[in-house]
Amino acid sequence: MSLLFNQRKSPGANSANPGHRLVMYFIRHLQQALASIGELWRMPISSLLTMAVLGVSLALPTTLHLLMKNGQQLRSGWDSAAEITLFMEEGVSESQTQKVLRRIGLYEQVNKVTYVGADDALEEFKTLSGFGDALSYLDKNPLPSVILVIPTTQYSSPEGARELLEKLQQQPEIAFGKLDVTWLEKLSAIVNLLDDAALALGILLLLAVALVIANTIRLSILNRREEIEVLKLVGATNNFIRRPFLYTGIWYGLIGGLIAWVCVSLILWWVEGTLLDLASQLGSELTLSGLSFSEFLILIALSSGLGWLGAYGSVMRHVYEIEPENQL
Amino acid sequence: MIRFEEVTKIYPGGQQALNRVNFHLQPGEMAFLTGHSGAGKSTLLKLIAMMERPTSGQVFINGHNLNKITKKQVPFARRDIGMIFQNHRLLMDRSVFNNVALPLIIEGYHLSDIKRRVAAALDKVGLLAKINNMPNTLSGGELQRVGIARAIVNKPPLLLADEPTGNLDPHLSMEILKVFEDLNSVGVAVMIATHDLGLIARMKYHTFTLRQGQMIHDGLSSSDLRESEFEPVI
Repeated sequence: MSLLFNQRKSPGANSANPGHRLVMYFIRHLQQALASIGELWRMPISSLLTMAVLGVSLALPTTLHLLMKNGQQLRSGWDSAAEITLFMEEGVSESQTQKVLRRIGLYEQVNKVTYVGADDALEEFKTLSGFGDALSYLDKNPLPSVILVIPTTQYSSPEGARELLEKLQQQPEIAFGKLDVTWLEKLSAIVNLLDDAALALGILLLLAVALVIANTIRLSILNRREEIEVLKLVGATNNFIRRPFLYTGIWYGLIGGLIAWVCVSLILWWVEGTLLDLASQLGSELTLSGLSFSEFLILIALSSGLGWLGAYGSVMRHVYEIEPENQL
Repeated sequence: MIRFEEVTKIYPGGQQALNRVNFHLQPGEMAFLTGHSGAGKSTLLKLIAMMERPTSGQVFINGHNLNKITKKQVPFARRDIGMIFQNHRLLMDRSVFNNVALPLIIEGYHLSDIKRRVAAALDKVGLLAKINNMPNTLSGGELQRVGIARAIVNKPPLLLADEPTGNLDPHLSMEILKVFEDLNSVGVAVMIATHDLGLIARMKYHTFTLRQGQMIHDGLSSSDLRESEFEPVI
C-alpha cells in the first residue's frame, strides 16, 4: 500500500486474490510464532527459568482446584448419609422403648432404625475411647439410650431430614434429637470458606503469572530497542512489531501450563501412594481424581491467555513508546 | 518531490531548529543538504521522515501534505522513503541477507521475491558475494553499502541519506556517492545531508545550505559556498 506515490505498486502484500492473501496472513503468523520459539531457544536457560517460575505458580492453584474437587466428591458422599440421633428420656422402660422403635420404624420417611441401649453405648465407648478402667469408677452409667434413624434417600437432604427430626422429637419418650447434618453444615461452611480462600489465592497466583510474563516481555522489548527503532524506520507498523512479543508471551504461558500439569501429576502420584496406605488402614476406598482432559485444556488455555494478556500489557506500554529518535 | 513551505520547528524546551524554511526538490533530482552540525539538517530530514512534526508550515512529498498523514499511516508512508544513516543502523545479530530483506518482510513479500530483490539490491552496491556474511565481518564502507541496499530494496522513489560518508575515507566516500549517482540515473530522487564539502565541491549538484535553521543557499553547487563561512572539511 503506497500512501505517497499512487502509481507505486507493492506487489508483496497486495496480491489480487483475497483468498491467497488470507492464506499468506496465516502463514506469516505461523512464521512469526515459530520465530518467537526460536527467540526463546536462543536463551534456553533464562527462558526455562521463567517458564519454571510460571509452572510452579500455576501448579499451586491447580493443586488447590484438585483439592477442592476431591473434597467436593467426598462431601457429596456424606451429604446423603444424614443420620438422626434420638436421645431417650431417662427411665423409659424396655417395653416403651420397643413401642417407640416400632412406631418410628413404621414412618414412611424412615429407612432404618437402630437401638443402642445405654449399656451397649457404655461398652462401645469403653473400647473405642480407651478410658475403659476409668469409666468403671463411675457408679452410674452417664450415657443415655439412643435411637439411630436413617431416613430414606428422599428425606436425607438437610431440609428433609430436619423435617423428619421435628416429627420424631414430638414423641414423649424422646428427650431430644440431633441431626448429624448440622455438623455437616458447619463443615461445609468451613469448606466453603476454604474454597473462597483458595479461589482468592488462585486469582492472586494467576495475577502473578501475568505480571511475571509482562515483566519478562518488557525486558525483552527493552533489550531489542535498537531493532524496534530500525523496524519503525523501515516502515513496520506497531502491529507487526508487537506480534512476535505477543507470541512469546503465549509460548511462555503455554509451556508454563505444561510444566504446571507435570508438577500436579507428580504431586498426585506422590500423594496417591500415601493415600492408598491411609485407605487400607481406614478400611475404606479412597480414590483421587486428577485433572480431566477438559480441565487440562482449560489450564493450558488459561495459561496461554495469561501469557498473551501479560505480553499485551507490556507491548502496549513499551512498543508504542519506542520511537526512532537519536539518528537522522 | 519534496516541498517545504514556511516550515518552522521549535523543540519542546524552546530550541528553534528550523525557521521558516522553503525549498523544493524536483522529482528525480539529486541534491545535497549542507550546513554545520546544529544548523538543522537532521531536523529537516526528520520532518521528511515523519519522525518529527513541524511546529508550523507544511511539508509536501509528491504533493501529499505530511500534516495530514495520521500516526497510523506513518509506517506506510515511510515505506516510500529509503533512509540511510551515518552509523548504518544495521542489526548486528542478523545476516546481510536478513538485514536487507527487512523492508520486504514487513511488506509481506513472498520468499522467492525477497530472495530475488535482495540479491538485486546487493548486486547494485557490489556486495552480492557477502550476502550470507554477518555484519561484523564487513568493513565500514561495506556496512554503509549494505545500509544503502536495505534502503533501495523495495525501490522507493525517494532516498534520504544522513551523513552517509561521515565515517568513511575520501576514496570510500566517492564509491558511496557513485552508488547514489547510479540510483539517481534511474529516476530515484536523492537527498544527501552532509558537512563534507570537499565531497560535493567537485560536483554540480543542487545544494541547499542551512545556517541556524534558515535556508541561506539554494542553487547549484558550490562556488559561492566558501563565502558562507564554511571551512571545507578534509
